[in-house]
Amino acid sequence: METLWFMIVAVMVAAYVVLDGFDLGAGAIYLGAGKTTDERRKILRAIGPVWDGNEVWLLAAGGTLYFAFPLLYASSFSGFYLPLMMVLWLLMLRGIGIELRAHMENPVWVGFFDLIFCVSSVLLTIFFGAALGNVVRGVPLGADGYFFEPLWTNFRVGANTGILDWYTVLTGVIALVTLTTHGSLYIAVKTDGALNQRTRNIALSAWPLQLILTIVGLVATWYVQPTVLDNYKQNAIGYLIPVIVLGSLGVMIYAIRKAQDKLAFMGSALYIVGMLVGAAFALYPVVLPASTDPAHRSLTIYNTAAGRHGLTVGLTWWILGMILAVGYFVMLFRMFRGKVRLEGEGY
Amino acid sequence: MDSALLVHRIHFAFTVTFHYLFPQLTMGLALLIVVLKTIGLRRNDETYNQAARFWARIFGINFVMGVVTGIPMEFQFGTNWSHFSRFAGGVIGQSLAMEGVFSFFLESTFLGLFLYAEKRLSPRQHWWSAIAVFLGSWLSGFFIIVTDAWMQHPVGYVKVADGSVQLSSFWELVLNPWAWWQYAHNMGGAVITGAIVMASVGAFYLLWGKFEAQAQIFVRVGVIAGLIFSTLQLFPTGDGQGRMIAENQPVTLAAMEALFVSQSGAPLVILGQPNVEARKIDNPIEVPDALSFLTYRVWKANVQGLDAFPKDLWPENVSLLYYSYHIMVGLGTIFIAIMGGAAFLLWRGKLFSARWMLWILVLALPFPYIANTAGWITAELGRQPWLVYGLMRTADGYSKMVSAGNGMFTLLGFMGMYMVLGILFLFLVRREIEQGPAAEMSSRH
Repeated sequence: METLWFMIVAVMVAAYVVLDGFDLGAGAIYLGAGKTTDERRKILRAIGPVWDGNEVWLLAAGGTLYFAFPLLYASSFSGFYLPLMMVLWLLMLRGIGIELRAHMENPVWVGFFDLIFCVSSVLLTIFFGAALGNVVRGVPLGADGYFFEPLWTNFRVGANTGILDWYTVLTGVIALVTLTTHGSLYIAVKTDGALNQRTRNIALSAWPLQLILTIVGLVATWYVQPTVLDNYKQNAIGYLIPVIVLGSLGVMIYAIRKAQDKLAFMGSALYIVGMLVGAAFALYPVVLPASTDPAHRSLTIYNTAAGRHGLTVGLTWWILGMILAVGYFVMLFRMFRGKVRLEGEGY
Repeated sequence: MDSALLVHRIHFAFTVTFHYLFPQLTMGLALLIVVLKTIGLRRNDETYNQAARFWARIFGINFVMGVVTGIPMEFQFGTNWSHFSRFAGGVIGQSLAMEGVFSFFLESTFLGLFLYAEKRLSPRQHWWSAIAVFLGSWLSGFFIIVTDAWMQHPVGYVKVADGSVQLSSFWELVLNPWAWWQYAHNMGGAVITGAIVMASVGAFYLLWGKFEAQAQIFVRVGVIAGLIFSTLQLFPTGDGQGRMIAENQPVTLAAMEALFVSQSGAPLVILGQPNVEARKIDNPIEVPDALSFLTYRVWKANVQGLDAFPKDLWPENVSLLYYSYHIMVGLGTIFIAIMGGAAFLLWRGKLFSARWMLWILVLALPFPYIANTAGWITAELGRQPWLVYGLMRTADGYSKMVSAGNGMFTLLGFMGMYMVLGILFLFLVRREIEQGPAAEMSSRH
C-alpha cells in the first residue's frame, strides 16, 4: 500500500512537471522569444487557459503527499522552510503576472507584469530543480525526523549542507534548460510563423546543452549519492530508464530537425518523465535520505506513511477524483487545440 | 515577539485572514452569478447577461487573489505547523487532499472556460461552466470546513503507538455534525458578503445615475439574497453552531459571552467591556436570563461560567474572543434589519428612489467582511488553547525547527506582498466598477 502511494505521488509530481513545466518554460523564454506585443500575447494565449489547471497538479500532489506521508510532508516542508516560502512568493507573483497584465493597456503596466512573469518563471524552474537535487543528495535529518537547512553554507556537499551547493545548483540549471526546451517546444506546437520558427530554434540550440547536462548530472548524482545505483543493480529492468531518457533526447533532436513540433514536445515530456522516474526508482523506498547516519535516520515510505485504513479509503476517492481531473484536462486541451489566434476572447 | 510560537501563530492568522477576504466573495458571487445567468437564460434577457458578465470580471480578479493567497495556506501546514501535521496528517490529510483532487481541478478548468470562452460555448454550455465554478468553490469550502471542524471537534480517529492520530472512519470525518453546522453558517456568511457587495455596487450606480437597468438587477438580487441568507444565518445555522459549542466546548461559550461566574438565569450581554482581571463586565447592558434560554431553551437553566473550568483550559484571549463574537452577532443583526428594510421598500416599489436606503446599502459594503472575519476569529480563538480540541495544544504544534527569526522574515515578506496585492486588487476593481456593466468585455491583450 505504501509503495502504491509512493507511485501515485511520483506520478502526480511527474504530471505537474510535464504540464506546468511547459508553461514555466514558456515564461522563461517569454521575453526572449516574444519580440513583439502580438507574439507575447500569443505565448500567453497558448498557456492562458491551462496554466492554472497545470499548477493545480502541484497543490494536488502536495495534498496527496500530506495525506499519504504526513511525516515526510511535515519534515521536508519545515526543513526547506526558506526556499519553499520563496517558491510561494514566486508562484504568487507569477500568477498575478499572467492574470493582471491584460487588465490595462498602458505599456508601463504591461511591461512590468511581463518582467515579473518571465523572472518568476526562470527562478521557479531553478528552485524546483534545486529542490529535487536536495531530495536526492539528502539532508541533515535528526533522530526525530526533522531538520532545518539554511539557504547555503559553503556550497560543498557533505555534512553541513545548505539548500544550495554545487550539486543542487547543477540540478537547478538542468531543470532550467530542460523546461526551457519543453516550453519552447510547446509554444512551437501552438504557434505559426516567426514565433514558431524562433521557439523551435531555441529548443535546437538548447539541445546539446541538455544532452551534456544530462550526462554530467547522472555522473554527479552517482558521485554525490553512490547508493542511487543499488536499486538498479538489484532490478536490471531499471536500466531501461536511462535508455528511455537518451532515446527521448534522440527523438527530440530528430523531430526538431524535421520540424515535427508535436513529436518533439512528446519527446521532451518523455525525457522529463524518464528523469523523474529514474530518480524515484533510485531512491525507493527512501523518500528523504539522511546525510548523516542514512541507515537509521532516512525517511522511507514505511516510517512516514499514514495509517493503513486511511490509505485504503483514500484509494477509492483518489481514483474517482483522477478520472474526473483527467476528463477535465482532455476536454480543456481539446477545446483549445490547434494554433492560437489573436482574434476573439482571451489574454 | 521572540517567541517562535507567537510568530508562527501570527504568521498563520495574518495569511489566513487576508486570504479569506477573497474566497468569501468568490463563493458568494459564484452562487449569485449562477442566479443571474439562470434568469438571463430563461428569460433570454441580455441585461441579465450583461450583469452576469460584469460580475464575472470582478469575480475573475477576486479569484486570482484568492488563488495566489490560498496556495500558502496548504504549504503552511507543513512549513510552520509541522508537528501538528505529523500528529494529525493521517486524518486531515484526507480532507485537504480531497480539496485538491475534487475542487481545485474542477474550479481551475471551468473558470478558464467561464471567463474566456463565452463565445466558444453555447449559452447553455456557458451556464454549465458557471455551475461548475460554483460547485468547485463550494466544494473547496466544504473540505476546508471538514478540516477545521475536525480540529474543533475531533471524530473518526484512533490514537496510534507513535503518538499520532489516524483515520478510523471516513464517514465520521465527513459527516461530523460540527462540520455541517459550520459549513452552513460559513457559506451563509459568504453569500451575505456576495449579496451586500452586489447590492452596494448597484446602489452606488443608482445614486450616481448610471447603468440603471443593470443596477436595479444588482440591488434586487443582492437585497433578496441578503435577506434570505442573513435570516438563515441567525436561525437555524448560527443557533445550531452555538449549540455545538455549548455542548462540546462549554468553556469557549463562557469566554465568548464573558460569563465569568456560573449561574442559573444567565444574562445575555449586549454591550460592555470584559474586565478579565476583575472577572466582571464593565458598563454592561444585559438581557436577563436570555443566555440561559438561548443555550438550553429554559429561562432559569444553569450556564457554566469560566469559574467552572481550570484556568489553563480557558481560551487565552478572552476579551478579543468576546469582542469578535459580539461584533459578528451585532453586525449579523444589523444586516437582517437593513436587508429587511430594503426588501420592504423593494416590495412596495420604492427602493430605487429611496436615496437614504441606497446610501445605507452603499455604506454597508465593508461590514460583511468584518463580520465574516470576526466569525472566524471567534471560531479559532475559541478553540484555544487547543490546536486539536482536547488532543493537541497549540503550543505543541508549530515547527520547532523553524526559529522565530526565520518565521519573522517570511511574515514580513508576506505582509509586504499582501500590501501590494491588496492595492492592485482595489485599483483593478475600482476600474471595473467605473467602467460599469454596459461596457463590452474589456479587450484583453
